[in-house]
Amino acid sequence: MAIERFPVEASHVMMFARSIGDPNPVFYDADYAAGTEVGAIPAPPTFVQSSAQFDPDYFLRPKVGEPWFGSGKEPTGIKRESSGGGGGGGGGGGLHAEQHYEYHRPLVVGDVLTATVLEGKTWEKQGRRAGKLVFSETITEYRDQNGELVVTARGVGVRTERPATSG
Amino acid sequence: MALSASNVSVGQTFEQVLVEDLKRTQLVMYAGSSGDYNPLHSDEPFATQVAGYPSVFAHGMLTMGMTGRVLTDALGDGRLLSYGGRFTSQVFPGDNLKGVATITSIDTVDGVPVATFSISTTNQDGVEVFSGEARGRLDS
Repeated sequence: MAIERFPVEASHVMMFARSIGDPNPVFYDADYAAGTEVGAIPAPPTFVQSSAQFDPDYFLRPKVGEPWFGSGKEPTGIKRESSGGGGGGGGGGGLHAEQHYEYHRPLVVGDVLTATVLEGKTWEKQGRRAGKLVFSETITEYRDQNGELVVTARGVGVRTERPATSG
Repeated sequence: MALSASNVSVGQTFEQVLVEDLKRTQLVMYAGSSGDYNPLHSDEPFATQVAGYPSVFAHGMLTMGMTGRVLTDALGDGRLLSYGGRFTSQVFPGDNLKGVATITSIDTVDGVPVATFSISTTNQDGVEVFSGEARGRLDS
């Protein structure tokens, strides 16, 4: 999996900041941001997660003409017992267990990233409530328009035998 | 509004209320901004009848995203060097979340003061939903 072009845009940062409930004006006002240390609108720390919007094949987005596992007339649009695709980012049968970022420099509006994804380790554990847990790690390297590494992301997904209700 | 190494100390905490009475609409907003449209987070019939959960629940990354504000508000923008953690319990509509970042060490890396934080986000019952660590650059 790879993302060939992930432009970091002001309106996307605005919507992302709204969605995480962060009122910091630096995310909404380019003039204000220009006067800060970063000198431009910075991306919130977890913003690169939204690179999914620029992955043409991202499996957790409905696509025209393809079946979708969410509800319509029926509780699911796909007839099968399993709740759908799973995997690293918290898919149908999979949940997101961990996420780690290393920031090599501040990511700002105007950057144009590419992302390459490397498969990491996989391991298993026996859970108390959810049965066998299968963990898998993916490492995503986000590089800028000059090929320089900006963010390294390490995600861990877990697939469970049963719904993992906790808390 | 950056933190300076001369006026912070190990053990110092930074705390914020992240959300009160989390709304399903915020989960929809996060789905739209992040691109993660997993119906587990916005589609009650799917989440309950197909996947077997008591209701829709928040993206882990929404919790981590909300928690990040504790760090950027404390450190200033563009100063994080790393931020990570694990999702230790699910977050449901109606939850109240509080994020706390505690300075666990202050070191000098390549001549630059760097603070390490432990991070804990908890719900209204005191259950930890996100547990993490971060490092950020300070002014000298």
